[in-house]
Amino acid sequence: MLWACLRFPGLAFSAAFAAIPEAGPSALLDSHARQRLIASANDEARAHGIRRGQSVAAARALCPALEVRPRDREAEKRLLAELAAWCYQFSGHVSLVPPNAILMEVGASLRLFEGWPPLAERVSSGLREQGHAHTLAATPFASASWVFAATADGMVLPTREGVIRMLGALPLTQSGLPGTAIAALHAMGFRRLDEIFRLPRPELTRRIGKAGVNWLDRLRGQASDALPAWQPPASFQQKIEFDAELDGSQPLLFPLRRLTRALANLLAARDGGVQRFTLTLEHARGETTRIVVAMAAPQRDAERLFELARTRLERATLPAPARTLELHADELPMFRPPVRDLFEPIRGDGLDWPTLDERLRARLGDAALRQLMVVNDHRPERASRYGAPAGAVSLPRGRRPLWLLPRPLPMRPDPVAVLAGPERIESGWWDGADARRDYYIVRTVHGQQAWAYLPPGTLDGWMLHGWFA
Amino acid sequence: MNAIASASHNLAQVLDHPGIWRRSADRQPRVRALSTGWTSLDARLPGGGWPQGAVSEILFEHDGLGELDLVMPALAALTQEHRRVIFVAPPYQPYAPALAAAGVDLRFLHEIHAGSTEAAWSMEQCLRSGCCGAVVGWLPDIDYRSLRRLQLAAESGDACAMIFRSAEHAAQNSPAALRLKVSNSDEATYVDVLKSRGLLTTTAPLLRMRA
Repeated sequence: MLWACLRFPGLAFSAAFAAIPEAGPSALLDSHARQRLIASANDEARAHGIRRGQSVAAARALCPALEVRPRDREAEKRLLAELAAWCYQFSGHVSLVPPNAILMEVGASLRLFEGWPPLAERVSSGLREQGHAHTLAATPFASASWVFAATADGMVLPTREGVIRMLGALPLTQSGLPGTAIAALHAMGFRRLDEIFRLPRPELTRRIGKAGVNWLDRLRGQASDALPAWQPPASFQQKIEFDAELDGSQPLLFPLRRLTRALANLLAARDGGVQRFTLTLEHARGETTRIVVAMAAPQRDAERLFELARTRLERATLPAPARTLELHADELPMFRPPVRDLFEPIRGDGLDWPTLDERLRARLGDAALRQLMVVNDHRPERASRYGAPAGAVSLPRGRRPLWLLPRPLPMRPDPVAVLAGPERIESGWWDGADARRDYYIVRTVHGQQAWAYLPPGTLDGWMLHGWFA
Repeated sequence: MNAIASASHNLAQVLDHPGIWRRSADRQPRVRALSTGWTSLDARLPGGGWPQGAVSEILFEHDGLGELDLVMPALAALTQEHRRVIFVAPPYQPYAPALAAAGVDLRFLHEIHAGSTEAAWSMEQCLRSGCCGAVVGWLPDIDYRSLRRLQLAAESGDACAMIFRSAEHAAQNSPAALRLKVSNSDEATYVDVLKSRGLLTTTAPLLRMRA
């Protein structure tokens, strides 16, 4: 077993500022404290001299433009789960350690990733790309990894002896023991973990309690860590709320990128794709806009998903500035990489049909692309419908025109000759759309061949229904 | 005698090789084409059909002269080979039973419903993609420049582009490789070859399509 622990010191900050691309000087408040104190600040704010533990008033005095917001614990949980989804590609056993750490068992994946250094590099570069500051450590014991991730970034200790030696050198304040236990041990004059490890067990239990002793055992691998394995969810739903109303599609792109990336992370974890997702925008006056993004074939690539969503969003007309953006996807089918027909020649742009189909849909909208199917109905206007065509069809016996008018029109002037007919079409008495017509193939004065009908038993009142184009 | 016969047979084989071009044998340069399915029309066209990787214009006087019938056999053949055929901005609803009766496998026929600017764009995308056998567009207002773009797109995607326009445009200049005019006279439909790239004379006689 090798447990890798990732810690994200900036997670609370990123979660609270998820909807803002490049905030100016910003700081996060610790809502626990009675006094409103700065919990963390970004680089710009730190450049103004803003430090952890300052009061808001003091910070504002240093930097009046400071953007301050409270921690958003729900958003933190979601972000942690999203990161877990991303980590799932490296390990089948990923565990959340709230508020800001993730453990994953990588012993079984080492061979796949050709050892620890390449694996660590892939994890780190992937997270850097997504803009998540993190620290990483790995040992055979989950709790020890968690401790080292905070104190010794990059440390990997494969053996039990090494772990115990390194733990021994740690000051008690970094041991992960509860604060009361640390205070009690400090009062007794202990400073480092190795001094504690030498103490007789009953004595130690009396001083720091069962839980404290159990923690020390877990650090040294003498007690097991119970780590519930995180499971990738079966659907995706995430919403970002904005502080200010965002007008137009441009400012929405940053939150959109975050959402599509989160979706892609989940898809990677599930080894699945997405064929259809919905963007929902809530507007100022309680209106909502729903944008459905559908694809010809399942996709999973973050960049591709973002581009597809972006083109849809930019084409949508938004009735008012937006307050929230939500991405919802519940159809997450298995992903199969696109396979080309072996005999289909690839020329030009070399697009395959699904890609072309997607490009067209993205610009023209879903309704613009359609296919025709034959429906087994005697009424001509119902025998052809937009839909998914099947292989074999049954056809009417009579000759049919290639163009059908959307609705029959009175024919002016009357046809000059009847070429064929009549063909009596009588149907629909069962569903109220009764039709009883005699169809003829006729020639017009311009030499056109038309499909026209008369009510049975009459000789005028020609209605034009199609062209033999 | 035998030796000569087999030598000339060998020579014929060599000359059949697609890498060998002979200037003299027929005066028409080779044009790769898709049979129209109409024997008498094929005979009039260089390469014997709709030029591939090029734009063909079909200029028609009225709806209902059989102008679409002209392209149906080729489109049916393409869909039966599971190659995509795209209808861009048709003026009426293409009627599924008639298409199926003409032999079109509807699974490989797609229709794009678009306004005039989007129609030219869509047609270009489809032609250029390389995954469409034929793209048939109804573009009444298309200008020379856009036609030229479509011609280039058809070349790069090696697709057949067929554009239906009113016969009023017959007098205009066009970059299309083939221009046909469909008209009616004496109760019959005629097809004129107005222009054909690769054919030395463009004054082909009237071709009677059907009585």
